[in-house]
Amino acid sequence: MPMVEHQGRAKAGVALRAGFSVIVCIIFLIPVFWMLSTAFKPRLEILSIPPKVFFEPSLEGFVSLFTVRSTLTETQMVEYANRKDLTWIDKFALDRGVAIVGPSQYVNRVKNSIIIAGISTILAVIMGLFTAYAFSRFKVKGEGDLLFFILSTRMLPAVVVTIPIFLMYRQLGLYDTHIGMIILYTAFNLSFSVWLLKGFIDEIPKEYEEAALVDGYSRWQAFIKYVLPQSLSGIAATTVFCFIFAWNEYAFSLMLTSDKARTAPPSIPAVLGTAGIEWAAIAAGALLFLIPVVIVTFALRKYLLRGVTFGAIRK
Amino acid sequence: MATIELVQVEKKFGDFHAVKPVNLTINDGEFVVLLGPSGCGKTTTLRMIAGLETITSGKILLNGEDITDKPARDRDVSFVFQFFALYPHMTAKGNIIFPLQTQGTSRSEIEQRLNEVVKMLDIQYLLHLRPGALSSGDQQRIALARALIRRPRAFLLDEPLGALDADFRETMRAEIKSLHLRTKATTLYVTHDQIEAMAMGDRIVVMSAAIVQQVGTPAEVYHDPNNMFVARFIGSPGMNLIPGTYSQGSVQLPGNNVCPVPETYRSTLDKYGYDKKVVVGFRPEAVIPSANGVLSSQVYSQDLHGSYTMINLSMNGEIIHGRVERSANYAINDIVRFDIRPDMIRFFDPETESAIKAEVRNV
Amino acid sequence: MSNVDLNNITKRFKGVTALDHISFDIKNGEFFVLLGPTGAGKTTTLRLIAGLEILDEGDISFDGSSIAPLSPAERDVALVFQQYSLYPLLNVYDNLASPLRSPLRKTSETEIRKNVEDVAGKLRIGHLLKRKASNLSGGEMQRVAIGRALVRNPRIYLMDEPLSNLDAKLREALRIELKHLQKTQESTTLFVTHDQIEAMTMADRIAVLNQGNILQVGSPYEIYDHPATTFVAQLVGTPRINLLAGEIHDGNVYIKDSEVKFTVPNEVKLPSSFTLGLRPENVHLDDAGEFSGVIELLEPLGVETILHIRSGKQVLLSVIAGITPRKMGENIRFSIVHERLSFFDKEGTRIVT
Repeated sequence: MPMVEHQGRAKAGVALRAGFSVIVCIIFLIPVFWMLSTAFKPRLEILSIPPKVFFEPSLEGFVSLFTVRSTLTETQMVEYANRKDLTWIDKFALDRGVAIVGPSQYVNRVKNSIIIAGISTILAVIMGLFTAYAFSRFKVKGEGDLLFFILSTRMLPAVVVTIPIFLMYRQLGLYDTHIGMIILYTAFNLSFSVWLLKGFIDEIPKEYEEAALVDGYSRWQAFIKYVLPQSLSGIAATTVFCFIFAWNEYAFSLMLTSDKARTAPPSIPAVLGTAGIEWAAIAAGALLFLIPVVIVTFALRKYLLRGVTFGAIRK
Repeated sequence: MATIELVQVEKKFGDFHAVKPVNLTINDGEFVVLLGPSGCGKTTTLRMIAGLETITSGKILLNGEDITDKPARDRDVSFVFQFFALYPHMTAKGNIIFPLQTQGTSRSEIEQRLNEVVKMLDIQYLLHLRPGALSSGDQQRIALARALIRRPRAFLLDEPLGALDADFRETMRAEIKSLHLRTKATTLYVTHDQIEAMAMGDRIVVMSAAIVQQVGTPAEVYHDPNNMFVARFIGSPGMNLIPGTYSQGSVQLPGNNVCPVPETYRSTLDKYGYDKKVVVGFRPEAVIPSANGVLSSQVYSQDLHGSYTMINLSMNGEIIHGRVERSANYAINDIVRFDIRPDMIRFFDPETESAIKAEVRNV
Repeated sequence: MSNVDLNNITKRFKGVTALDHISFDIKNGEFFVLLGPTGAGKTTTLRLIAGLEILDEGDISFDGSSIAPLSPAERDVALVFQQYSLYPLLNVYDNLASPLRSPLRKTSETEIRKNVEDVAGKLRIGHLLKRKASNLSGGEMQRVAIGRALVRNPRIYLMDEPLSNLDAKLREALRIELKHLQKTQESTTLFVTHDQIEAMTMADRIAVLNQGNILQVGSPYEIYDHPATTFVAQLVGTPRINLLAGEIHDGNVYIKDSEVKFTVPNEVKLPSSFTLGLRPENVHLDDAGEFSGVIELLEPLGVETILHIRSGKQVLLSVIAGITPRKMGENIRFSIVHERLSFFDKEGTRIVT
């Protein structure tokens, strides 16, 4: 292995590595591209073999996603065609022999997802922050045991605890409620949040607060003024991870909700249309559901990179 | 045994020039110290010799053989790290014999060499302990033993005393030097501590900002520094460097002080120029307080060192350190008159920071 | 500024006694140094005075009244840490102003500005006021950290090894400045360090601490010339003191395994075997000297040279001025200065002569 760097060789090496990375990226993104294209495919082309890469895009999937339709008989179709108050969606549907009966539950489900995932994330991060601070700065009796106990809540697969929780919730009237899901997601995210945030706070030297205490600040003021700003990247990283978990959560939502508090993940795959499984709609639904998470992660990306690696280095 | 030669060796990290072209010859059996402040390039230079760092351009020769393209494991040099780099899960003995085991040396040979280094470093009683149970000084001894047991052609040490407590450092310094005297091995030693460099080095390579400032024996870098950086860096405290103006035969210093210029420097300074700015350099021990002293300054503070006292004088704001008898007792703001020993006075050009050398007279 | 009295202070951490019934006092305006190796308990002592730790036993008082019931803020002390003393997200001005902005002090912004600029001038950091603390060099950071303490007028300055993380040159420079400042302000300061040079050069008085116990309290020369134990003797002074096993018989002191011997006056009561403390500057190379030896190692430091002299089976350290023409392996003669010897018993305690 030559030890002297030659300009040409170095450049080739970099190009090779870059090329390799691009290929790996493309491979990983294929399912996403496929989902994207499926969402815009007309029904007939979705299941064709060989898979169609080029096609005439159509909004069928999206329409199916957002609406409930019923099939029209010949006579009804003629009747419809003569109506004057048809929107372009109605005409669109009419071309396919169906009429729009009303909006689907998709928007509601996504709204529920936003509420439940959003609030539970905020709660998990705030409570986690104070808990982590306490464990980090104060001498808590049985600290090691308590921390392990907290971590252990994450060790059980969701499926295993669903039944006991189901029974509990039924008794307490929390079944299919927003509150019930928020509490559950917060509880599950708390362990992760405490552990991650404790790591970050441990890295912040306690001399800052001690200097503030000696100067006359109360512990709360020292926390707000000196600890909080420095833990922002840790908080950002924790927020993203907690949010992703809650947003994508499927098992609990499936089994502990039915209608009012149901979030999007269990409902998307179940989009049934008049002609069976509407793959385009499912793809459209999943695609749209991706967007908020991508936005949040992208907005916090600066903090994320620092956050993911920072907590890993222990003094 | 080995001679090491660096020919125009240079290192760049992207645009950052870590080591500007260095030419250096280390003779067989010599103890050479690379000395400089953090970031000067000394460790990078050492690591290039070890093969732990690639070279941007230039050649490294070991006994005349070009090893520039050889990977570290084929260079037959030993490297001792500042933070010991001992395997925590092995005993001291395990750590020491590890290099030989990976080379496939016979059991009997290993035992024999182990006894040799154990005797040299007096670590018999530590062999069965794990690094975690040892003091930092003992850990460093184990690291040294591990380096010695291979009988490499050269030893490269990277600030090995940096992580030790002050009292250990003194003892280990003498131990390493004694070790060198016994093994007569070519040794390259990196440190930022000029006391270590002076105490141990046959020659010192003073580096700053990627450039070699001076290569010389301890006496040379101490008494005849090439420039103001070396003058300041060597010695604790460093050389006093006072700005002044040269006029015929003397230098005007701050506060109406006039410093006479010794004969040996007259002609060089005359050539340098009248009314030109010049820096006068002299070490603390060159300050001789005297009632009839030619120069005067005010006492800024006084430091007791036990065997001597250091007075810190302010000559119109310029701080001068003077090393005097321990019995001396000055109060803040006292006026002190003093002379500078003429054989210890030096001059520098404030713009280039280079030393203005005295004329060498052919007798 | 205040007097500080520590009385029988004891502090335990999980079964380990960090401080064991230690007592000493700091006089108003004094620069007092707590000297000891890592783990001696120095930082713990500082933190107890500051109120960041609670005493297990004993009492601390300022000017005669106990500070035990007071919170850190109420004790009115200023603390300088070894590192992390500056808040990296604020600029230098805000860092300096922060102690004055605390709810306890209620200082006006004009008053704050005056104080900050005053201190910045004294420490020569006026040009850095607008810079973010994370953009400073190590030396500048510590100056600002000291400045943070100076803006207040506390009862005592507590400094925890503030110079340890700086490189040698910076440490020297800052040491001199700090000493000058303290002398001109006459501020009561408790300075903690493991560096004996810092202790010797800066202190009015030194307390030597080791493993939670105070071994000696005294002025720098008292500690240097009359160390109370072998540990103290080895702690101060570079190069380190020669500690040699000695015997006495026939009115002569012998250094074991060497040819060094000298007579002692009859009044001196020494046990038959003891340890002799001899500082290297008191071992003189002397062609007419009584004793002979071989130079085993030469360490030329420029201003002086350390010689390792082998006499019999013993090695003595000697230090001589400048650079010597002597070589390694050379036979030499030397003499010792008797008046500056220390004697220690088997346990390492000083024998008073």
